[in-house]
Amino acid sequence: MSDPRLSTHSPETAPCLVAGKAVPAAQADSSVSTDTDLPQHVLHPGETDLLARIRNGDNLAFAQLYSLHKRRIYSLCLRMVGNVSEAEDLTQEAFLQLHRKIATFRGDSAFSTWLHRLTINVVLMYLRKKGLSLLSMDEAMEPAPQGSPGRSFGALDLTLTGSIDRMALERAVSNLPAGYRIVFVLHDVEGYGHPEIASMLDCSIGNSKSQLHKARLKLRDALRTFSGNKTQR
Amino acid sequence: MTEDPRALTCYQFQTLLPELISPGTNLAAHPHIEQCPICGALLDDLESISEAARLLFPIAEPSEGVWEQIESAIEEEKGCLEPEDEEE
Repeated sequence: MSDPRLSTHSPETAPCLVAGKAVPAAQADSSVSTDTDLPQHVLHPGETDLLARIRNGDNLAFAQLYSLHKRRIYSLCLRMVGNVSEAEDLTQEAFLQLHRKIATFRGDSAFSTWLHRLTINVVLMYLRKKGLSLLSMDEAMEPAPQGSPGRSFGALDLTLTGSIDRMALERAVSNLPAGYRIVFVLHDVEGYGHPEIASMLDCSIGNSKSQLHKARLKLRDALRTFSGNKTQR
Repeated sequence: MTEDPRALTCYQFQTLLPELISPGTNLAAHPHIEQCPICGALLDDLESISEAARLLFPIAEPSEGVWEQIESAIEEEKGCLEPEDEEE
């Protein structure tokens, strides 16, 4: 299994969206001031000035910041909720929270990490408000007691063979119960460790491990069904 | 479980699996896996799923309407904080 992959963000060179209009990033950055006391290592090039301008009430600077981070934040929301419309609403909410809280960013971590975490909190709060349990209970996923027919004790021909169909896996992840999906996305896709996930979800590390394992078992079942259906066609 | 790991049944091994699987641990060398093709296949599948997860969900772009809504919400919030006689 892989190491955590938290820092996948790279500075984007795509045009910035300034007040709804596309402006080349370099041009958009040309008039920025350099007034900030944040440590430079926590910010990507250009963000230092953007944050200072945003703190001074410059909305164009906020539009530029949105342009730099919108894809990563939207993609994160999409992975966590598995639904385009909800992901867009949550992206909106995350950036509004960012706008309200930007003065509280002190540079203890990279800005992108801070924004990532803020977004996760927005999504988790939304799911809780929606009444979805972030810790899925599914006893059916426990190994069957000895002597009874176990779901994983089947014949070898039921295992996944070769490469996994990415689309099938994405669909299977989207169909997971919220609790399983969240832990799977946070651990296997976003690269968070169990201690961090346990802290975000307010559960024990053992619980986080157990949810992840159950999520993977459910995905395995879904992929085996998918691959079985494909063979039958 | 203080028994010889070689003596674990599939049920016992699979019950321990959530704790045993962790980044950097080579479970393929676990005594139970070495002698049990079924649990070995299960482990392979779970590791394949975890590996495949890295490639999931390519970066996507939100629709333009998202920014428009953010912008108008910010304006609205600003409007609540500013005196009403300020006009553009």
